[in-house]
Amino acid sequence: MSVDALYREQVLKHARDPIHFRRVEHAQHVPGNNPLCGDKLDLYVTIDGNTITDVSFHGAGCAISMASASMMSELLSGLDTATAGTLVDEVNAMLAESVDSVVSINLQDLPIAALGEVRRYPSRVKCATLAWHAMAAALRGDSDPVSTE
Amino acid sequence: MNAASANNVISDDALETRMRALREDFPALHQEVNGQPLVFLDSAASSQRSNAVIEAMRHYESHDHANVHRGVHTLSHRATDAYEGARERVRQFMNAGSVREIIFTRGTTEAINLVAQTWGISNLKAGDEVVVTHLEHHANIVPWQMLADRIGIKLVVAPVEENGDVIAERVIECFTDRTRLLAIASVSNALGTILPLDIVIPAAKARDITVLVDGAQHAPHAPIDVANLGADFFAFSGHKMTGPTGIGVLWGREALLEAMPPWQGGGDMIETVSFEGTTYNALPYKFEAGTPYIAGAVGLAAAIDYLEGVGMDNVQRYEGILLDYLTEQMLAEDDIRIIGTAPKKASVVSFLMDDVHPHDLGTIVDQRGIAVRTGHHCAMPVMSLLEVPGTARASLALYNWREDIDALIDALATVRNLFR
Repeated sequence: MSVDALYREQVLKHARDPIHFRRVEHAQHVPGNNPLCGDKLDLYVTIDGNTITDVSFHGAGCAISMASASMMSELLSGLDTATAGTLVDEVNAMLAESVDSVVSINLQDLPIAALGEVRRYPSRVKCATLAWHAMAAALRGDSDPVSTE
Repeated sequence: MNAASANNVISDDALETRMRALREDFPALHQEVNGQPLVFLDSAASSQRSNAVIEAMRHYESHDHANVHRGVHTLSHRATDAYEGARERVRQFMNAGSVREIIFTRGTTEAINLVAQTWGISNLKAGDEVVVTHLEHHANIVPWQMLADRIGIKLVVAPVEENGDVIAERVIECFTDRTRLLAIASVSNALGTILPLDIVIPAAKARDITVLVDGAQHAPHAPIDVANLGADFFAFSGHKMTGPTGIGVLWGREALLEAMPPWQGGGDMIETVSFEGTTYNALPYKFEAGTPYIAGAVGLAAAIDYLEGVGMDNVQRYEGILLDYLTEQMLAEDDIRIIGTAPKKASVVSFLMDDVHPHDLGTIVDQRGIAVRTGHHCAMPVMSLLEVPGTARASLALYNWREDIDALIDALATVRNLFR
């Protein structure tokens, strides 16, 4: 399997030009970091009632971490918290599983499924999970810093 | 230099021809990784081992192993001879005066911690200053920070220039009446910078400052001559110089070591033990509690034999040729920026590619069979100082050749195309 399958255009597009790449005031802020490689990500989540009105992020990291956060912002903005919670759990499960595992039906047709390819590169899985761990914390109402370690 | 003009010195071409044959001695280099021939450019993290080292350790483990310094039986004698023979080999390699000054440790990190926890605790007090440079790796920062927390010493950080160089005068400016120790790398693992020890050590000694040299990246690249270096402690690791992991050396001046309290307590480091009072063994055993890594010492001695067979001067010169070639190839690429361009460098090249994070670069070139290090190289302070999140680093050893560099440059084109 070629590395092109991971660094496909869909992923690189998000990495080059991330969606909702901005700091947001008055949002729930979860700082995240991946101490192993130095990726830093600040996640900003705005929730109104049961609706996630906005997911934004800011930070610096590799293409995989940036693309993952960007895809997440696109996917979860506008969803209700329960649906978002399910997707977050499914993405975290997908990234934790082996490369041959079946991707859940909810994720199969989403851009984020492309990041499942990262499972072939064990040292890079944490790059993809950082944003999603931060999001899981935000949905729990937890603003403590998250770390991939 | 024009090598051919000097007596008894072979030309660069002849040297390169000779050095290119060394690859055959390193079995790990002859394999495919991800379907491509392995190109190993991560020797600054840990080097590969020669058949000579592997065979020496295998022979020891297969024939000679028993505990050292204990038994009257034959295998114990053989193990002791092998271990103490290795110590003598290290003494010669470093040009040290006595085997009493050669302490085996697990590596550079343990050697520096040993000095911090014994010499440091018994010689330093609150307000005393320890000078390090901004490009030290974590093993020569954290042990001193721990002393700062424990006994209140002050850590003073000498600056690094934007090009990664360390200017001797700027280190010397850090010395005050309270400076007790200069703890300094000989070669930067992150940037390859060769530090001006020839100037800063005499300046430190003139002020009666003790000097510890972190030689982890020096040992693989250049001869060590502690008799003429002027330092008080010198630490290095076996595994960065084609020896095994888990073995390293602390050299210290005998008078200093003699005056230091022991570190860890246990067997081998004692003379007599009773509950009324224990007396400690003589140097170097005072600092070697417990059964040591005997096979590691044997492997280190074999690595030294191998390196000296090649000649450390030849290693240094050949790596210089490769470094020039790699630097030249990288400078030819508009989108590659070399991080660390000090005038004097060892064969370690940190670099960044425009718009590509080092980790992505590392993953992609790995798919071409090329091993480079990516990240902060256990030297986070210098990365922050240079305002880079980390770098990709290609490091060259005596067993690399030009084709390895060509393969890297070629793979960087793949990275470039993928991200374009």
